[in-house]
Amino acid sequence: MEAIVEQFFNIPIMQRALPLLLMGLRQTALICLMVIPLGLAGGLAFALLSRSSLRAVRSAAVVGIDFFRAVPPLVLLIFVYSGLPFAGVRPSPFTAVAIAFFLNTSSYYGEIYRAGIESIGLGQWDAARSTGLTASQTLAYVVLPQAVRNVLPDLVSNTVEVVKLTSIASVVALPELLYSADMARSVTFNSSPLVLAAAIYLVMLWPIVRLVSRLERRIAT
Amino acid sequence: MQHGFGFLDAFFNPGLIERYLPDIAKGMAVTIEIAAAVVVTGILLGLVLAIARSFRVLPVSALIVLFVDVFRALPPLVLVLLVYFGLPNVGIYLPSFAVLWLVLSLVLAAFCEEIFWAGILSVPKGQWEAARSTGLGFVGALAYVVLPQALRLTVPPITNRTIAITKNTALGTVIGVGEILNQATTAQSFSGNATPLMMGAIAYVMLFIPVVVLGRSLETRFAWRRG
Amino acid sequence: MTADRPPILDIRGLRKSFHHVEVLRGIDLAVHPQELVFVIGPSGSGKSTLLRCCNRLEEPTSGSIRVDGIDIMARSTDINAMRRRIGMVFQSFNLYPHMTARGNVALALIKVLRKPRAQAEEIALAALHRVGLSDKARAYPAELSGGQQQRVAIARALALEPKLMLFDEPTSALDPELVGSVLNVMRELKRAGMTMLVVSHEMRFARDAADRVIFMDHGAIVEEGSPEEIFAKPTEPRTRAFLADLTR
Repeated sequence: MEAIVEQFFNIPIMQRALPLLLMGLRQTALICLMVIPLGLAGGLAFALLSRSSLRAVRSAAVVGIDFFRAVPPLVLLIFVYSGLPFAGVRPSPFTAVAIAFFLNTSSYYGEIYRAGIESIGLGQWDAARSTGLTASQTLAYVVLPQAVRNVLPDLVSNTVEVVKLTSIASVVALPELLYSADMARSVTFNSSPLVLAAAIYLVMLWPIVRLVSRLERRIAT
Repeated sequence: MQHGFGFLDAFFNPGLIERYLPDIAKGMAVTIEIAAAVVVTGILLGLVLAIARSFRVLPVSALIVLFVDVFRALPPLVLVLLVYFGLPNVGIYLPSFAVLWLVLSLVLAAFCEEIFWAGILSVPKGQWEAARSTGLGFVGALAYVVLPQALRLTVPPITNRTIAITKNTALGTVIGVGEILNQATTAQSFSGNATPLMMGAIAYVMLFIPVVVLGRSLETRFAWRRG
Repeated sequence: MTADRPPILDIRGLRKSFHHVEVLRGIDLAVHPQELVFVIGPSGSGKSTLLRCCNRLEEPTSGSIRVDGIDIMARSTDINAMRRRIGMVFQSFNLYPHMTARGNVALALIKVLRKPRAQAEEIALAALHRVGLSDKARAYPAELSGGQQQRVAIARALALEPKLMLFDEPTSALDPELVGSVLNVMRELKRAGMTMLVVSHEMRFARDAADRVIFMDHGAIVEEGSPEEIFAKPTEPRTRAFLADLTR
């Protein structure tokens, strides 16, 4: 029993590691602040393109969404970070993370938007178009407001996933929260920094996870 | 066109493709095995937990909610590193692939429990009442009336979540599991060429695009009415 | 009557096919100013499709449609501008659930006619008053009964001051006791001189208010005439069979 506490809940080690972890947390926050708005915007663009009247554009958008949802984010990240140099482009860890995460999160948000727009009955389009509103106006004032409201739990839940996703940036040595914690672990041969990092993630995300559960349940019943 | 040829050579070198195809194939086998194992244990465990929660025994439900919340809020990679580095120091020695399977199963189980639970809750109370009033016990009502209806609703979200979790098998590369990404990056550093990486990416795409497309068609077939 | 003035709606040789199924087989129909033309027929006869072609919610396969003298099929015609002159009321109301009654009516005024918000809301209130719902201006569709929702839908179409109003089974989705309120609004519109093309099963309303009744079957007009002619002395056997079925 003491072994478990010593290995996982070693308070002195946690105290020493905390400053490093907080710097990592700051980096995590920076990544999120950049990737989440970009992903939300990119996803909307993907979703709107997937409804284009031009078949080529439509197919490209759907293929894009499916492709970037099929590739594991870590693979995409490694490919961008280690593979692009062979094509002459040498991105920094942060840039590689930004590119890979943008592609990944846009496709997930895009799929959510797309399903939301599709769930709005044709009658709403008929009514709006029959009063002379253009397709774009109908989308902007009638369909999208309803669609976003319908998929809000999915959007929030996906945003939680994005925050958790930042942890894989540690693999390309970007000093975010998990990287800092793992660094502390390898130096102290003790897993308590990892437990501390886990606790920080929990504090950040647990309330939102609870909220999403409640939202999902309310919609289902 | 020296540069153009260089690009093709850096990502699609035929000699390297031939040389590393067996390794990538081995990686695909490992990925598929672990993913399959995770899917089975994760979904089953999630279902068991949801059923346990339906008995509404407060301490049990509280524990389940605690477990589910923690495993939904934590990034899988954090859990993988915790288990992989921590357990040996308290005397438990698990091989890498077992660590990966264990963590991903628990994470999938947590998400599935929430989905199954929402499904069970969404079956109208009248169904329970009708079943119980014909003499079916709690278990009978659950098994023959409620669960069949609940499960049908859960197919799309379960499929989506399963796809998302199984893609995390790529995390195994961090702890040395011989799945696709591991094989690809090892081969890349040996050969100094990005072709194995490209092969790895294509292998993942080949594995998962059919699954994603299947998931979307299932979703439209079992459309979950919202709002 | 007003048959000497050019028709508001002039349909010639209208054909519509969905894939290889021909739903409209050459319709010729003229609706004159202030006329109320009533369309009856079995389900599947193409009545709804006919209506939806008039504002190009469905694209006709061939034929011509002129509204207020303008060819709505011409490439140069701005269909969104045209749709302001044609009001449509749907069976399922199709109110925007995220806006109040007044918001529903005002949206097109603001975005299509580009009126300033205050003016648009005034016009919207006036339209709601015409249908007897000015006290519900701030209510959301979910708080209104079916009949009230349909009246708001009528106000939404009315507010744009259309030359022609199309009604696609406006009362079919309503509980019987709510039908009357909607029909009364339609009667009042007729009295005020609106040109109306109505698809419906409400035969009594047709007898009271329609100038002409048209019987459609299998995508073609089988018979047309005044309500007295059609209801009392139908000449075509199919018309007689349909009416007999209805009164059974």
